[in-house]
Amino acid sequence: MSTILVGYTPDEFGKAAVRHAAAEARLRGYGLLVVNGSKGDAYVDKRYAAPEVLEHVGDDLDGISYEVRQVVASDVADELLRVAGEEGVRLIVLGMRHRTPVGKLLMGSVAQRVILGAVCPVLTVKPDTEPV
Amino acid sequence: MDSLNLLWGGLEAAVTPENLLWAALGVLLGTFVGVLPGIGPAMAVALLLPVTYGLDATQAFIMFAGIYYGGMYGGSTTSILLNTPGESSSVMTAIEGNKMAKAGRAAQALATAAIGSFIAGTIGTMGVVFFAPALADIAVEIGAPSYLAITVMALVLVTAVLGSSKLRGFIALFIGLTIGLVGLDLNTGQPRLSFGTTQLADRLDIVVVAVGIFALGEALWVAAHLRRTPLQITPVGQPFMGKEDWRRSWKPWLRGTALGFPFGAIPAGGAETPTFLSYLAEKKLTKHPEEFGKGAIEGVAGPEAANNASAAGTFVPLLAMGLPVTATATIMLAALQSYGIQPGPQLMTEQPDLVWTLLASLLIGNTMLLVLNLPLAPLWAKLLRVPRPYLYAGILFFASLGAYTVNLDSFDLFLLLVFGLLGLAMRRFGLPVLPLILGVILGPIMESKLREALALSGGDSSGLVNEPLAVIVYVLTALFLVVPIAVRYLLPSRFDRSDDAADDPSDERELVDR
Repeated sequence: MSTILVGYTPDEFGKAAVRHAAAEARLRGYGLLVVNGSKGDAYVDKRYAAPEVLEHVGDDLDGISYEVRQVVASDVADELLRVAGEEGVRLIVLGMRHRTPVGKLLMGSVAQRVILGAVCPVLTVKPDTEPV
Repeated sequence: MDSLNLLWGGLEAAVTPENLLWAALGVLLGTFVGVLPGIGPAMAVALLLPVTYGLDATQAFIMFAGIYYGGMYGGSTTSILLNTPGESSSVMTAIEGNKMAKAGRAAQALATAAIGSFIAGTIGTMGVVFFAPALADIAVEIGAPSYLAITVMALVLVTAVLGSSKLRGFIALFIGLTIGLVGLDLNTGQPRLSFGTTQLADRLDIVVVAVGIFALGEALWVAAHLRRTPLQITPVGQPFMGKEDWRRSWKPWLRGTALGFPFGAIPAGGAETPTFLSYLAEKKLTKHPEEFGKGAIEGVAGPEAANNASAAGTFVPLLAMGLPVTATATIMLAALQSYGIQPGPQLMTEQPDLVWTLLASLLIGNTMLLVLNLPLAPLWAKLLRVPRPYLYAGILFFASLGAYTVNLDSFDLFLLLVFGLLGLAMRRFGLPVLPLILGVILGPIMESKLREALALSGGDSSGLVNEPLAVIVYVLTALFLVVPIAVRYLLPSRFDRSDDAADDPSDERELVDR
């Protein structure tokens, strides 16, 4: 079965990404691969989901086959692309956070790197938006 | 009451805007390094040594004292919120503290830790005010043979009784003593272990050794283990305590203080033993035994008080006899020496201004900790989100800068690297750092006392045991060494705890950073 990859973070951006990805999956009959990643270079990373949070990722995914994966890698964007290539996913869905140019310089942008590096279509979504 | 008058004088000297600023800076820095696992007050003081050369001794020590107490406090925050003890002394706090946090009572756990630390630190400092002068009066009379014996006891106890492996402890101690030997023999002027280089003919600068072992060693270790799964932190708001929490906390605070202070004050101090005993005591005495293991406030209040009281207690041997027993106190002793102040029993009479201002600033720093940390707790928790590469880049920068500024000689940077690799190797093989750094500092002092004692007796080795005190101390040392082994041999089943820890280097590393 074809798969959609979702870049997930335990916040509104991750939720929006899962919501939009679920709509796509239902429409096309695809499965979901939810990936949550961290660079793992700080003691605490609020974008690394707690096990309790991950358990509830699938709450609104009735009827869709999905898998949740957590990764620790030096470069989360590269890791997402690697997983996408390995699984041959058809679509990548990402929550898009607004960054100022300076913020982008300092923090980098995972979404931008994935968009530029992906070989499949990438759907970027904002919180508070509904699937078409 | 003489001591109180002197302390009042010290308070008057300490309460100047400038000194208060140094105290505040020290307290903030101390909490900063205490919160971050792996970076402790010993490293912070070592990194700051070269920076403080421009200050006068009193101000530098006000800051160091703030770092020392702040480090204690910061360690407990990490223990409670993250279940990773920032410092060896807060291992026990993590047990109940993290359970409380998971049960949604992080605010109360942080509050009882902060207030308990404040109370224990204040009572402990008052204890130093009363005991240190009395001990110093006696210690002045002590001759070279007895002083040597007491130093040997301190080294043996720290090496063999603390920490989980005697062999590793002694390896570290002898490496330290060897490092202490490098340089010109003070009596004969012969170079020792200098390998023909002129730079090594001078004594090794303690800044280079300490910064290499603590800062560079830790940075290399972290670099080798950079990526790990992030831990889940408990979100926290403003710490506070309800009436019930107060009622259940005040007795453990006082009991913890009573347990912690004596353990800090004897020359085998350290906070591990008293915090462990305090935890056991609270578990036995509590009216809510069902809560232990699920987040009992007594299990946080007692050990936290014990660790701060013992931190205060370590100032007794440090000020009265020039004997440090924790890594941080050891670096502080080295700082004293770098100011040209001879630590020892005469310190209290020769440098009364320094000593009393320092003690007064301990009280001030302690109060500042309470005032600053209760509102700042959520901010300290955020610190754990800083990526380690940024953190350690800063540390490496200060480490190199510090090592270079000591003599403005690039050879010291080479030495820094050598000691950094040694520090990495010690962490890799689970060697404790405390015996090494104690050996480096106390080795030369011990040697001069040994020489003095032998010179008095005309080279006859009986000169080492011709004072009753020396003989008593040696006997005590032997007992400390033999009794645990004998007890363990006779009652093997009761020592499961130390068996578990014996072969776990990472566990041991947690126990040496203070």
